[in-house]
Amino acid sequence: MGHAHVEGSNYLNHEKGLWSWLTTLDHKRIGILYFISVMFFFLIGGLFALLIRLELMEPGQQYISADFYNQVMTLHGSIMVFMVIIPGIPAFLGNFFLPIMIGAKDVAFPKLNLLSWYCLICGAGIAVSALFAGGIDTGWTFYTPYSIKTSTAVIVFVLGAFVMGFSSILTGLNFIATTHKLRAPGMTMNRMPLFVWALYSTAIIQVLATPVLAITLLLLVAERALGIGFFDASLGGDPVLFQHFFWFYSHPAVYIMILPALGVISELIAAFSRKTIFGYTAIAYSSVAIAAVSFFVWGHHMFVSGQSELAGAIFSGITMLVGVPTAIKLFNWVATMYKGSIRLDSPMLYAIGFMFLFTIGGVTGVMLATMAIDVHLHDTYFVVAHFHYVMVGGTLMAIMGGIYYWFPKMFGYMYSETLARLSWVFIFMGFNITFFPQFILGTQGMPRRYHDYIPEYAWLNKVSTFGSWFIFAGFVIGLISIILAFRKKEKAPMNPWGAKTLEWTIQSPPIHDNFEKIPTVNGGPYEYR
Amino acid sequence: MLHMFAFAQSYMPIQGSTFAKGVDSLFDFTIWASIISFVILIGGLVIFVVKYQRRSDNDKTAYITHNVFLEFLWSFIPLCIFMGIFVWGYVLYKDMRQFPDNAIEVNVMGYQWGWTMTYSNGKQSGNELVVPVGKPVVLTMTSKDVIHSFYVPSFRIKQDAVPGKRSKLWFQSDRLGDYEMFCTEYCGTAHSKMIGKVRVVTQAEFNEFLAKDKSKMTLAELGQEAFNVKGCVACHSVDGTVKVGPSFKGLWGSTVNHSDGTTAVFDENYARTSILNPQEKFVAGFANVIMPTYQGQVSEEEITHLIEYIKSLK
Ligand SMILES: [Cu+2]
Ligand SMILES: [Cu+2]
Repeated sequence: MGHAHVEGSNYLNHEKGLWSWLTTLDHKRIGILYFISVMFFFLIGGLFALLIRLELMEPGQQYISADFYNQVMTLHGSIMVFMVIIPGIPAFLGNFFLPIMIGAKDVAFPKLNLLSWYCLICGAGIAVSALFAGGIDTGWTFYTPYSIKTSTAVIVFVLGAFVMGFSSILTGLNFIATTHKLRAPGMTMNRMPLFVWALYSTAIIQVLATPVLAITLLLLVAERALGIGFFDASLGGDPVLFQHFFWFYSHPAVYIMILPALGVISELIAAFSRKTIFGYTAIAYSSVAIAAVSFFVWGHHMFVSGQSELAGAIFSGITMLVGVPTAIKLFNWVATMYKGSIRLDSPMLYAIGFMFLFTIGGVTGVMLATMAIDVHLHDTYFVVAHFHYVMVGGTLMAIMGGIYYWFPKMFGYMYSETLARLSWVFIFMGFNITFFPQFILGTQGMPRRYHDYIPEYAWLNKVSTFGSWFIFAGFVIGLISIILAFRKKEKAPMNPWGAKTLEWTIQSPPIHDNFEKIPTVNGGPYEYR
Repeated sequence: MLHMFAFAQSYMPIQGSTFAKGVDSLFDFTIWASIISFVILIGGLVIFVVKYQRRSDNDKTAYITHNVFLEFLWSFIPLCIFMGIFVWGYVLYKDMRQFPDNAIEVNVMGYQWGWTMTYSNGKQSGNELVVPVGKPVVLTMTSKDVIHSFYVPSFRIKQDAVPGKRSKLWFQSDRLGDYEMFCTEYCGTAHSKMIGKVRVVTQAEFNEFLAKDKSKMTLAELGQEAFNVKGCVACHSVDGTVKVGPSFKGLWGSTVNHSDGTTAVFDENYARTSILNPQEKFVAGFANVIMPTYQGQVSEEEITHLIEYIKSLK
């Protein structure tokens, strides 16, 4: 692009004004656009979560009616899945750092990159407009025939999710092309940081699986609008077919949500142990393995749906296999810390919190994959607790760790370490107080998506609600730490953590072109010697 | 040896069916396997964090890239454990899907928001499944509207009831008592109110239940049965609590306020219109509740029974 580099110039002040942001093709700025939008959606989804917990604090109706509760529960789920966790790490942290980590100036298709952000915003806008057309009460899974029979605005909402899907597909496409085509000289695939490997595996799933969701949602719209009868038994359709279609996307989507988080954790563990990662190849390829296997496990959501025993057994067996690469990663991270030089800065605290919670999420996942146990636990609060341990305990902890890790690089400022650690204490404690009781509620049989429950479940629900306030406090403290960092303007050095990946060799915040001169790479990403 | 560790009973529901014990043993095993893995992983992590704290910024660390033997161990051992759990889970699951021949058969119909049970002699009951102790029972299930899921936590069984399909489920309970029955597939407004009971009774009580002679019942008793079987119970209470629709308690002869400001006295004809043509007028406070019409689903006779039942709810 040939801009002469001016002292003090960076991507933030390279151009000025709102318009320059809305039309930017700079991957870093697009990353920031995602950051702001995802934070905003997270705030909304989080407020809905608090409302859910508030209503469930006592048995019986507290503040909101059953119909309103069902809408809140649907919105919480779909906002968090489609607008926060799926775009969270790849489109925000990934956009910002994937090109830099492989020594590139930008992604392969900058215009497509901007388009993907607009897809997310438009899709979100359409989805939210459903609120003014009667809302939506199907749960984020849109199961038929309920989604066909309900009087709420399913079509509008589903079209929103459809458009958001394109955001995910385009980002994935961009990352695959970027990873293959734009690596700096000497940056072989086997020298890529593990975060890049994770994003790459995620991108493959995004490109292959998301179109299936798009088709499924269109079929649902066609069924509702035209009464075609793909899923309607009285017209010769099959309601369970929808579940097959839906989970064919949505199980891989679980890995769209968690793989990037695993990548972030690999970076954090290596950087804060000052040690080369243990089992680089195993971690890198286990991401790809998880991505590949994830396409063949969807039926584990349907052990009690009337699916044949043989199909159930196959899905159960393959699901167990996912546990192996996951276990490999966890053990390799712990092995990385062996004989390291470990510092518990806030990003590392989040990484450790991640491992703690993700391990619980993982082992409970194995329980749910076990057919006879799943018959008892399916659609109970045990499942709710399990996927929150993976999605919130896992992905959200990784996002927080990633934000604190890369914040000095992204914005050039340091934040208050005390506040950052305090946010961790509240989120980590609060998370366990909120969700651990839900495992017990689930084993006791409390079904999910419940507006009310029998008195036996009361005290654990109360504890869970208290916990949700701790989590809220934790995120507020986190937000304050970031706002204060912008106000105090304490300059960050180029490499505050002494990390070895390429983004730490350039100025904070980076210049518009990332590198003064494209680097030549002649070693692995974690050369701590 | 596993019995030593068996502690599922401390938090799982009562073991009400013959499946429960097996499921709980497996559950206990997975819990212990989980706790041990957790302790190894997180214990290792904590030890390393303490032991290898950064002393100075110039710390040198060991350069260990991998170790084939260790990596093989922590791939292979988990794989074996996972496969063991998988097979064990499958074997137990298979039992749940092997339907005995000598079983008592009950047809179960799910609807928004309740269950109707029909026994082979035509006897019906609503939201209450009565079965004899020590006998296998096969449920053949379907749904009238959306997907529901039949779940009895104490029996460790669950099966979706899908419209347009018949699904099956079996169990045997060797323990007399009442057990909670939930719907676990989200089905709309009163999903969390779709709670019923399974009553495990002696063979004699069961026979008596099945044989209950309709000709000996009063009109109000027949009405109560229709109230349960036809699903009125899903939305209307008889004790004054407000569910999806207004309560029936004290309704008879009272003056009903409508959402459009008009009023009417609740009498025979009012009751009949409300059942057959519920959209005609809405009771104040319930204007956005769409009650389905029961045209063609209840006979004039049954309406008489229902009216007598409502009369009895003072
Ligand atoms: Cu899944
Ligand atoms: Cu239900």
